[in-house]
Amino acid sequence: MTDPVLSIRNLKVALPEGADRDFAVNDVSFDLYPGEILCIVGESGSGKSMSANAAMGLLPDLVRPVGGEIIFEGTDVLKLSEAQMMKLRGKKVAMIFQEPMSALNPLMRVEDQIAEVFEAHNLLTPRDRAKRAIELMTEVGIPDPEKAARAYPFQLSGGQRQRVMIAMALALEPSILIADEPTTALDVTTQAQILELIRNLQEERGMAVMFITHDFGVVAEIADRVAVMQYGKIVEAGTADDVLDNPQHEYTRKLIAAIPKLAAEAGAAAAGKTPILEVEGLNKTYVTGGSLLFSKPRIVHAVNNVNLTLAEGETLGIVGESGSGKSSVGRCLVRLMQPDSGTVRLAGHDMAQLSGAALREARKSIQMIFQDPYASLNPRSKVGRIIAEGPMAHGVSKTEAYGRAVKLLEMVDLDALAIDRYPHEFSGGQRQRIGIARALALEPRVIIADEAVSALDVSIQAQVLDLLADLKERLNLALIFITHDLRVAAQICDRIAVMQNGKVVETGPAHAIFNNPQSGYARTLIEAIPGREKELAAAG
Amino acid sequence: MADFWNRFSRNRGAVIGLALLVIVILVAVLAPLLFPQSPWRMVQRPFLAPFSMDQYPLGTDALGRDVISGLAYGAQVSLLVGLVSTVAALLIGIPIGALAGYFGGWMDDALMRFTEFFQTVPSFALAIVLVAIFEPSIQSIIAAIAIVSWPPVARLVRGEVLSLRSREYVEAAILSGQTSLTIILRQVLPNTISPIIVLASLMVATAILLESSLSFLGLGDPNMMSWGYMIGAARTVIRQAWWLSFFPGVAILLTVLALNLIGEGLNDALNPRLARRGK
Repeated sequence: MTDPVLSIRNLKVALPEGADRDFAVNDVSFDLYPGEILCIVGESGSGKSMSANAAMGLLPDLVRPVGGEIIFEGTDVLKLSEAQMMKLRGKKVAMIFQEPMSALNPLMRVEDQIAEVFEAHNLLTPRDRAKRAIELMTEVGIPDPEKAARAYPFQLSGGQRQRVMIAMALALEPSILIADEPTTALDVTTQAQILELIRNLQEERGMAVMFITHDFGVVAEIADRVAVMQYGKIVEAGTADDVLDNPQHEYTRKLIAAIPKLAAEAGAAAAGKTPILEVEGLNKTYVTGGSLLFSKPRIVHAVNNVNLTLAEGETLGIVGESGSGKSSVGRCLVRLMQPDSGTVRLAGHDMAQLSGAALREARKSIQMIFQDPYASLNPRSKVGRIIAEGPMAHGVSKTEAYGRAVKLLEMVDLDALAIDRYPHEFSGGQRQRIGIARALALEPRVIIADEAVSALDVSIQAQVLDLLADLKERLNLALIFITHDLRVAAQICDRIAVMQNGKVVETGPAHAIFNNPQSGYARTLIEAIPGREKELAAAG
Repeated sequence: MADFWNRFSRNRGAVIGLALLVIVILVAVLAPLLFPQSPWRMVQRPFLAPFSMDQYPLGTDALGRDVISGLAYGAQVSLLVGLVSTVAALLIGIPIGALAGYFGGWMDDALMRFTEFFQTVPSFALAIVLVAIFEPSIQSIIAAIAIVSWPPVARLVRGEVLSLRSREYVEAAILSGQTSLTIILRQVLPNTISPIIVLASLMVATAILLESSLSFLGLGDPNMMSWGYMIGAARTVIRQAWWLSFFPGVAILLTVLALNLIGEGLNDALNPRLARRGK
């Protein structure tokens, strides 16, 4: 076997005092060989990004390596001076980040940003730099590279921006590429393209790639070898096939088991049950910009003639990529957003027409669970009040409302003592449970979950999904589950509506959509799910 | 709370400011005990130089009144005007900003045009006019200062509310059937407190300066000794008796400086994200 290009030995990275543990990275060792893709997998806070940042000398101010070594080309990177580090960065080791919008300079043309990489290392003439920039952009597959080179980052799509980042990283032909969650912010179809691009470039150039991700689907798509991290330690390492098919460590097994399976079951048909929510001809357009004389306003048809029905006790998934209008539909249903036209019949009332006290009353039966467990709870209210506020606003007495809050907290598996604590004392998953308890406080019949598990780690996500399924069963709730994650949709939904550009392009029972999608778009979406092929192969 | 004090005390200037302010407050509170006689009373020959008589350490003014006693009673006026007018300005500014930011649309337009109307008039000129119309008295001075200093509060609160009202917890409150008033009072405003406190501490300082300026121009309350009045009365004799304007000037300087230092410390302590990095 060849020598490793990068070899990390017993690396220890200390966290500042008062952090939840002493070491972000504790005694981590691994080798990166030329021409391989090593995936470092772990949940948030496992120290996976810190290991990569240490190799680049990009640790935050208060975090410092205290032990071990990072050997690159025979020298210990940790002992290099900042000036020596600068020579290494970009030239020998390059990095791409999660959010290409914030990693690119918004006020600089794309070609100048790529040229800047050469300039920083004092290479080539300005004319050659511009030429190389175009060549690189062609190589990473940006359509019409000459025109795109003159564009500013905001004029490109998310996928194109990530391609520009990759072009910059490849500019000096580094021997190692570190990719820190490079596809997490992208839609599933774009993610598939970027993964393919990284895979191809790596093969052509024989680079070593260190790929950091939380998503086992992505690992299955791209990895040669895998290292699983938990609490700053590597708990398991091996070839991708070994780790995925035959995990040895308990934590790895737990993580893999928590991944929602794609195979949707042919559940009991909801036919025959009475519909509780009927949406007909729903429309919503956004008009932005445009002045009286000078420019035409930009009109976006966010929701375009959408029809949906939801039966009692049913779970309807609304899936689509970002900008497909799926969240707008959810918000129109509860009237956080005023639809332009259409009817939303909820148990006989037309939600779209109500206002004032009648609307407040009708909203009792349709509640929402939000995406961001950190932004959805008032940081200055105690948990008890957060849950009790709704019933109290509808005239329930304080004692009764708080009593109900305790019951609800127990129902979502939280301690009743939580009532007197503030939201910041809870973890993301616990906060999401509080959000669910709040939604249940008004005893709704329909709950809209808008990306309710997207911000959570996969093991927490599995717990919250189980909780939702259980509550739905016990309380006979109907659920509208809005998500971009088709795996999650496959696990929890009875029926699925696929949205694209504001329109519902396909609806049907979940298993039918996954096994035999009718529309071209639904097929593209499903084929792009990372790890799907492996799973199909495993299922035989 | 201990955490708050930790972050506040990390800023050494803020602690010095707090100490200065505590001294000023003590002097103001204890003034009647320290100087039982009225500060208006003539106690010695005029133009007694400072440090020449132990009984009157800062000397006497053109009418033979005790300067140090005037400073102590002046502290009362300054602090009273500073605090009360700031509270009044907050009472005007916060509701206007909250309504404009929460409801948006025409209500925002109307309230913000109204605010801008006050902002475009030079505030000191407006304060002079108001005090002149209402007869100089402590009430009219406080009212005038409040009326000219609420617009920044309204703008600050509006900005904060605008960004808070699209938070998911506000949307959850809307869905749970709470009325707009409840949402503004319980969900939105408590989260705007930190920047308001910081602004208010600086507004107290500005109000003290405004009051001094008004008194300097002879528009102070004729029954109350104030620092501005002392400087104003001494300006014609500044070459013979420098101490008459110097000591009240230092008092104003130190008090305003103290409040500004405290404001900065509060800013560091209440907005930890904006605080300086590292140690």
